[in-house]
Amino acid sequence: MSESTLSLNAATSGLPVVPEWRRIMNRVVGHRGLLLGSSILGVIVVLALLAPWIAPHDPFAQNISQRMIPPVWHDKGTWDHIFGTDKLGRDYLSRLLYGARISLSIGLLAALISGLIGTTLGVLAGYFGGRVDAVISYIITTRLALPVLLVALAMASLVGGGSVETVVVLLGLLLWDRFAVVARSTTQQLREAEFIASAKVIGASTSYILIRELLPNILSALIVVMTLEMAHAILLEATLSFLGLGVQAPMPSWGLMISEGKSYMFFKPWVIAIPGITLMLLVLAINLVGDGLRDMNAPEGRN
Amino acid sequence: MLVFIFRRLLVAFSVAITVSIVSFMLLHFSGDLAVSIAGPDSTAEQVEQIRIDFGLDKPVVFQYFDWVWSALQGDFGRSYYFQDSVMSLITERMPVTLTLGAVSLALATVVAIPLGVIAAIKQDTWVDRLALTIACVGQAMPSFWFALTLIVIFAVNLHWLPAGGSSTWQHFVLPAIALGYYATPAMMRLTRTGMLEVLGSDYIRTARSKGLSETSVIFKHALRNAVIPVVALAAVELGFMLGGSIVIESVFSLKGLGQLAWDAISRNDYPVVQAVVLIIAVFYIVLTLLADVLNAMLDPRLRVR
Amino acid sequence: MNRILDIKNLQVSLPTANGVLRAVRGIDLHVDKGEMLCIVGESGCGKSMTSMALMGLLPKRAEVTAEVLDFDGLDLLSLPKKERNKIRGMRMSMIFQEPMTSLNPSYTLGNQLCEAIMRHKGVSSAEAKERAVYLLTRAGVPMPEKRLDQYPHQLSGGLRQRVMIAMALMCEPDLIIADEPTTALDVTIQAQILRLIRELQQEFGTAVIFITHDLGVVARIADRVAVMYAGQVVETATAQELYSNPMHPYTRGLLNCIPIPGKTAPGSHLESIPGVVPSLIGELKGCAFANRCHVSTSECSQRTPSLELEPNSTSLHQVRCPITATTLQEAM
Repeated sequence: MSESTLSLNAATSGLPVVPEWRRIMNRVVGHRGLLLGSSILGVIVVLALLAPWIAPHDPFAQNISQRMIPPVWHDKGTWDHIFGTDKLGRDYLSRLLYGARISLSIGLLAALISGLIGTTLGVLAGYFGGRVDAVISYIITTRLALPVLLVALAMASLVGGGSVETVVVLLGLLLWDRFAVVARSTTQQLREAEFIASAKVIGASTSYILIRELLPNILSALIVVMTLEMAHAILLEATLSFLGLGVQAPMPSWGLMISEGKSYMFFKPWVIAIPGITLMLLVLAINLVGDGLRDMNAPEGRN
Repeated sequence: MLVFIFRRLLVAFSVAITVSIVSFMLLHFSGDLAVSIAGPDSTAEQVEQIRIDFGLDKPVVFQYFDWVWSALQGDFGRSYYFQDSVMSLITERMPVTLTLGAVSLALATVVAIPLGVIAAIKQDTWVDRLALTIACVGQAMPSFWFALTLIVIFAVNLHWLPAGGSSTWQHFVLPAIALGYYATPAMMRLTRTGMLEVLGSDYIRTARSKGLSETSVIFKHALRNAVIPVVALAAVELGFMLGGSIVIESVFSLKGLGQLAWDAISRNDYPVVQAVVLIIAVFYIVLTLLADVLNAMLDPRLRVR
Repeated sequence: MNRILDIKNLQVSLPTANGVLRAVRGIDLHVDKGEMLCIVGESGCGKSMTSMALMGLLPKRAEVTAEVLDFDGLDLLSLPKKERNKIRGMRMSMIFQEPMTSLNPSYTLGNQLCEAIMRHKGVSSAEAKERAVYLLTRAGVPMPEKRLDQYPHQLSGGLRQRVMIAMALMCEPDLIIADEPTTALDVTIQAQILRLIRELQQEFGTAVIFITHDLGVVARIADRVAVMYAGQVVETATAQELYSNPMHPYTRGLLNCIPIPGKTAPGSHLESIPGVVPSLIGELKGCAFANRCHVSTSECSQRTPSLELEPNSTSLHQVRCPITATTLQEAM
């Protein structure tokens, strides 16, 4: 192509030349779901990190004279306890703030553990194929057939019920299936790619190829799975704690707060509404970020 | 077709066996069952006695084969807590859970597919956005919390429906909504993306070029193809719902399999736990198998193979 | 009037993320009854958009305008949706480029062949099947009765395209639009399908708009040719006239790209047109072909030429290039 046609094309296409990072920023900002999700998630993360400094009360401090105070928008609410207090007189807002730390850390750690397990299995299955693939696919199928919640509950009960660590390990051991499936299929797609072939030609070791060449290229897909599994783990933690086999009292897990408020919900519905809505907001935000990232990864994005 | 089904059956059977091994091992390695059964106040002698009584002193492999051998004959042992055979407990509780699962799935399908179709046809309009928002929020809602909210609204405040129990059909409405909503967002989204993909396909253009009505294009030509993956998903979701019924049944005190599992778990009644895990896993395996067969029946390209 | 289709100043624009894509920029065309008109052009020149606009198959966000869009006395643009549906499928039908994906995988061929005629003409299923078998036979599909119960995936690409042709003929349409119907097929099958379309067109007296990027194909079947470039018709003439006396530099360039057996020496250099098609987003200033044209002057990129009747030709020969016209006149 001659130089003149090149310049003419740029002129006729009428497109201003936009730097790459600006285009990415525009896409992120243009994607309403991603923007909303990351804003909510950002706020929750900051609040959780700052909990010791911004919480108005000690989340564990009981006060029998201040039991079941309704939230501030209620007639009998006070500004001292914006979201009211629970049956032991503990400040609801403070417990929510500390509870966010539990949800976020369990979600993140469980997703990291399951990510490690699932990615390893998936990459090996996808890269080596053949018998390795058959065995790992079989393991994945078996894992999918296990009812997660039931097994988690049974194991938690046998282990002697939960601390944050037990819940993290349990969920980490159970939630790796989607990582494995995605890692496997993306690896299969890349296995024959040129950059892998050229790495083989120059004599790179298999572990080098897998970790340095392959992994960075499937990372974006794995990050999307990571967000979804994080949301999944947070919901499961809440469920386990709600049923009494997750995080134990007096820890301010949101699931536990709903469980403790259950017997009061008929007359004071806010005791379950507040932690429930918070939980939903967090999971919604993470899911929105995950969906947004997936759209970003898609070749054309969304307009 | 027969070969296909036979091969899938073989895989399904071996997966079921593996699941039974895995669930057996998981429970055996999670803690000392004899100690759990005996309870915290028991002496060392009592624990030893229980170990011998329940055959827990034998090697795990022997225990497993004993268990599998009886299980294949329909005998899952005796429940420690209920003092009844596990099999009769399960057969007694099964109908409630199956009813709940079936109604929930029906409800989810009836909501999800039309919503997905409408969202796809009205892509990028407010209808589409509303449907997607509902799906997003639905996916983020913890099911136990949704169940409690339903009770507060419909049982306590409006007095429309009972809050717990399983004696009449009204008792199943709220649990079915609570359980069914869980599968709805995923099915709706799959219907929507499936429809969008199909509506952009060449054969839809062909159908339009033949001057067919929009109804015929959408319902005859598009939906039939878009719904195939949704059928598979529905079967898988039913499997998940049976597993998830433990939460819903305990919230609504429905006397089903989930409630049984929950009682068994909280009392370390592990023969029951093991049996329920296996049965739900087998249900899931059968359902995925069914999904494959259904897919093959719906999609002529798979049928001939 | 012998005309089945009359188009004046047809414009199609599509909003995209980068701006409004003006895919068709004022096309004037007509098709006579029983005539085979070939529209030739590179990919992206708007020829498929034109055919989709004629069929009314463009997405809703596409904007279609025309001074005249007349199909046998009916104004296609103002026709209510129901009437339009009836014309499309019954009096106009289409053959697509991709035989592999243009048939619905979930229904039998019989079902797909018969549904339009049963809907539009209200014939019974038995009559429809009878006609389907007849047309499948005419389209050269072996064992036509058996095919009715088969699914698309059981047929090869060539056979599927024959089915598509039979399907297009089901309602005895006045006009068939064939959008690159041979492009996706093997070379040997291409020739057969091409011959089949020409034969059936002549036998049934159907007018055909045949869209292709391949001038070699055009030579074998066309009555008349319209060459398109950047959303406009740049030259139109009878096939014979166009090949013997190409006027527009673009047409000449295209013709030079085709090796001629016996004339082009083996190993000799084949011409190609330098440069690429301009982007169709927004307005184009001057002649769209100016940047690739070897005879263009500075004036070409300033003034947009119009489609003029070539005065020296005996038949209706129109060209959108003032230079060629003048140089030729000067040469005389």
